[in-house]
Amino acid sequence: MNLFQQLTEKPWVTAHGTVVAFHAGRAFALPTAKIGLRVFLAVITVLFSLLVVAYAERMAAADWRPLPEPWLLWLNTAMLILSSVAFQWASVSARRGHGDGVRVDLLAAGGFAFAFLVGQLVVWQQLAALGYFAATNPAAAFFYLITALHALHLLGGLVVWGRTTAKVWRGVEVEQVRMSVELCAVYWHFLLVVWLVLFGLLLFT
Amino acid sequence: MAISTPAEVPAEVEIVPAAEVPEVELYHAKSWVTKYVFSQDAKVIAIQYSFTAIAIGLVALVLSWLMRLQLGFPDSFSFIEPGDYYQFITMHGMIMVIYLLTALFLGGFGNYLIPLMVGARDMVFPYVNMVSYWVYLLAVLVLVASWFVPGGPTGAGWTLYPPQAILSGTPGAEWGIVLMLVSLALFIVGFTMGGLNYVVTVLQARTRGMSLMRMPLTVWGIFVATILALLAFPALFVGAVMMTLDRLLGTSFFMPAIVALGEHLEYGGGSPLLFQHLFWFFGHPEVYIVALPAFGIVSDLLSVHARRHIFGYRMMVWAIVAIGGLSFVVWAHHMYVSGMNPWFGFFFATTTLIIAVPTAIKVYNWTLTLWKANIQFTVPMLFAIAFIVTFLNGGITGLFLGNVVVDVPLSDTMFVVAHFHMVMGVAPILVIFGAIYHWYPLITGRMFNEALGQFHFWVTFVGAYTIFLPLHYLGFLGVPRRYFEMGETSFIPESAQTLNEFVTVVALIVGFAQLVFFFNMAWSAFKGKKAERNPWKACSLEWQTPEMPPGHGNFGETLPLVYRWPYEFGAPDVEEDFVPQNVPPDQVITKKGPEGLPGGAAVQPAE
Repeated sequence: MNLFQQLTEKPWVTAHGTVVAFHAGRAFALPTAKIGLRVFLAVITVLFSLLVVAYAERMAAADWRPLPEPWLLWLNTAMLILSSVAFQWASVSARRGHGDGVRVDLLAAGGFAFAFLVGQLVVWQQLAALGYFAATNPAAAFFYLITALHALHLLGGLVVWGRTTAKVWRGVEVEQVRMSVELCAVYWHFLLVVWLVLFGLLLFT
Repeated sequence: MAISTPAEVPAEVEIVPAAEVPEVELYHAKSWVTKYVFSQDAKVIAIQYSFTAIAIGLVALVLSWLMRLQLGFPDSFSFIEPGDYYQFITMHGMIMVIYLLTALFLGGFGNYLIPLMVGARDMVFPYVNMVSYWVYLLAVLVLVASWFVPGGPTGAGWTLYPPQAILSGTPGAEWGIVLMLVSLALFIVGFTMGGLNYVVTVLQARTRGMSLMRMPLTVWGIFVATILALLAFPALFVGAVMMTLDRLLGTSFFMPAIVALGEHLEYGGGSPLLFQHLFWFFGHPEVYIVALPAFGIVSDLLSVHARRHIFGYRMMVWAIVAIGGLSFVVWAHHMYVSGMNPWFGFFFATTTLIIAVPTAIKVYNWTLTLWKANIQFTVPMLFAIAFIVTFLNGGITGLFLGNVVVDVPLSDTMFVVAHFHMVMGVAPILVIFGAIYHWYPLITGRMFNEALGQFHFWVTFVGAYTIFLPLHYLGFLGVPRRYFEMGETSFIPESAQTLNEFVTVVALIVGFAQLVFFFNMAWSAFKGKKAERNPWKACSLEWQTPEMPPGHGNFGETLPLVYRWPYEFGAPDVEEDFVPQNVPPDQVITKKGPEGLPGGAAVQPAE
């Protein structure tokens, strides 16, 4: 029964009537953790959307000076894409029960993610060396703020990644980490999309 | 992806066995500390949230007394300087809205009632739920800390508008504002953790037979309010982070070029209006984050204590959802005087007035629930009825203020203060009192003292009107809000000051009368009469637990199976005037004996 049908039920009519098979007590046929992650992603979407709106609004002011675009950002983007791809592989390996595959893929995913973060730090240094400080230029302020928030979300993901990888390393059954790996993969793809939007915003403004 | 099911159930089938809900793994506390302090049991977390929220709320109550003392008797109290007064109004507003009302409705009632009412053993992510409370407590402590830093707490007004919020001249511009912003950010992080639990528990952890449309309206109200909060708080979070950077790193997100004390500051180009938009994009849904749980709870109180099913259940659910949706497109009605484009004002006035439609549906349905009902004037019922009247009163002044032409002259007057105190101060607090009285036997296993409860109700109800009705009148006279003192003002008559004195005296009395409530709650918890099971004869699941107060895991060996909606009061041909949700149809005692159920259906057991 879809959500619309659920919301048009007339509970008073079925009073004294049937306990109906389809009231399994769940609105969606997904594991609880996956629903939880989706709700959380909705919250983060609002967060970054509002930042984009604020960015667009602030751009209209007279003192807006566009930032240079360090080529390193392209490399960082590639790192994040690779990280996401590795997580996807890990997720597929976990579904097929390939323990070794999961181990290698997880390491690769984490490695690329760390490379991305280090790359972002280097970009910060480059910009600062060119004299773009948060206080001197609104575009720089937004860049530092947005990349910092994005990196914080990635770091949060890396905590889960660390726990999952540690479990895999200790030789825990693949089936037991499968959910964590799949959740990480979805989260990583999401953060990749967020980054592509933010990067696009930087490139085209 | 929804669960696919047969489109129709054949008419002749009376009982279809419900699909199994897998038993959840329940965390069992191993020590006193994990059972009562770092507890993962939603009921304990609920109590922790409630006590913390009420404690900090009492601080805000005392702040309101200090404000009233200054307004009623200006120049009489040497310890209230203008700066102090601004700190009082700021902290009073912020604490009441965020740290008391939001935390108590969602963290307190949400945690206690959601699992019990939907038939779950606990929240779906109990560990995250526990962390949610501790982050909330940290946010409260950071807020309290701002009284102990140089300069004291911020006095920027609860809206924290830049540029004044972080400029010298505003109290607490050094430290107070930073602690306030950090505290808000922490609150939002903590709330998000709790909110994920409330939403996912309602969606995925209901017991068998508990369809969405069999949930009590309390759960609906808290559920939709949580969704609003999850989507609205990020706006405040973004605003708080950006303002913190403006204050600490000297960025200019919100700060325009500005000259302060004859000095040209480093800021330039930022937009204070951007902050207002962010703030109210959170701030208006916040009104409904507080109001929707109140709507839901009051519906249940009315139905139970009037012994009548709620009128128009589906409309009530849809109205909650519609109000939730509309609350995101009305925010700029708080900004009519900010110099916005008139077409913008026209748009927001229109959406604001549209919200009155679903809200009016709710008020009509509450009234119609009482129509020809068997009304029991219990203490919870008195508070519930008082809520309808008060919410209607505050809602109607909201219609005035929603119109640009009426709002502009009334903007920043006491009329606005009176309006929002009626609609989101007094009204939700009345529901909170009603709810505490209603669920007190469930939580403590004892009854409160009825006489003290009645006394508390009448003083609070009459007192609140005695305080806030005159403020409407003062607003019409043009008395501005946020003023430390009026000084020489030709257009405001002398009598306005007399009225202010009167209001102050009443506010002190009503405030002290709350001690009766606290005494009643504390005394009854130990010495009150033992409550019988399900003392209000309610149908919803929280009253049907094997123990009262409900134990760890809520429902004993097996989870309850739900056969009907939670408002089965006064069903024809049934012996008692209520049928709990989990009583199988063949066990309902009818006036004609077990065979004569309504419709004459032959019924077989479910299991």
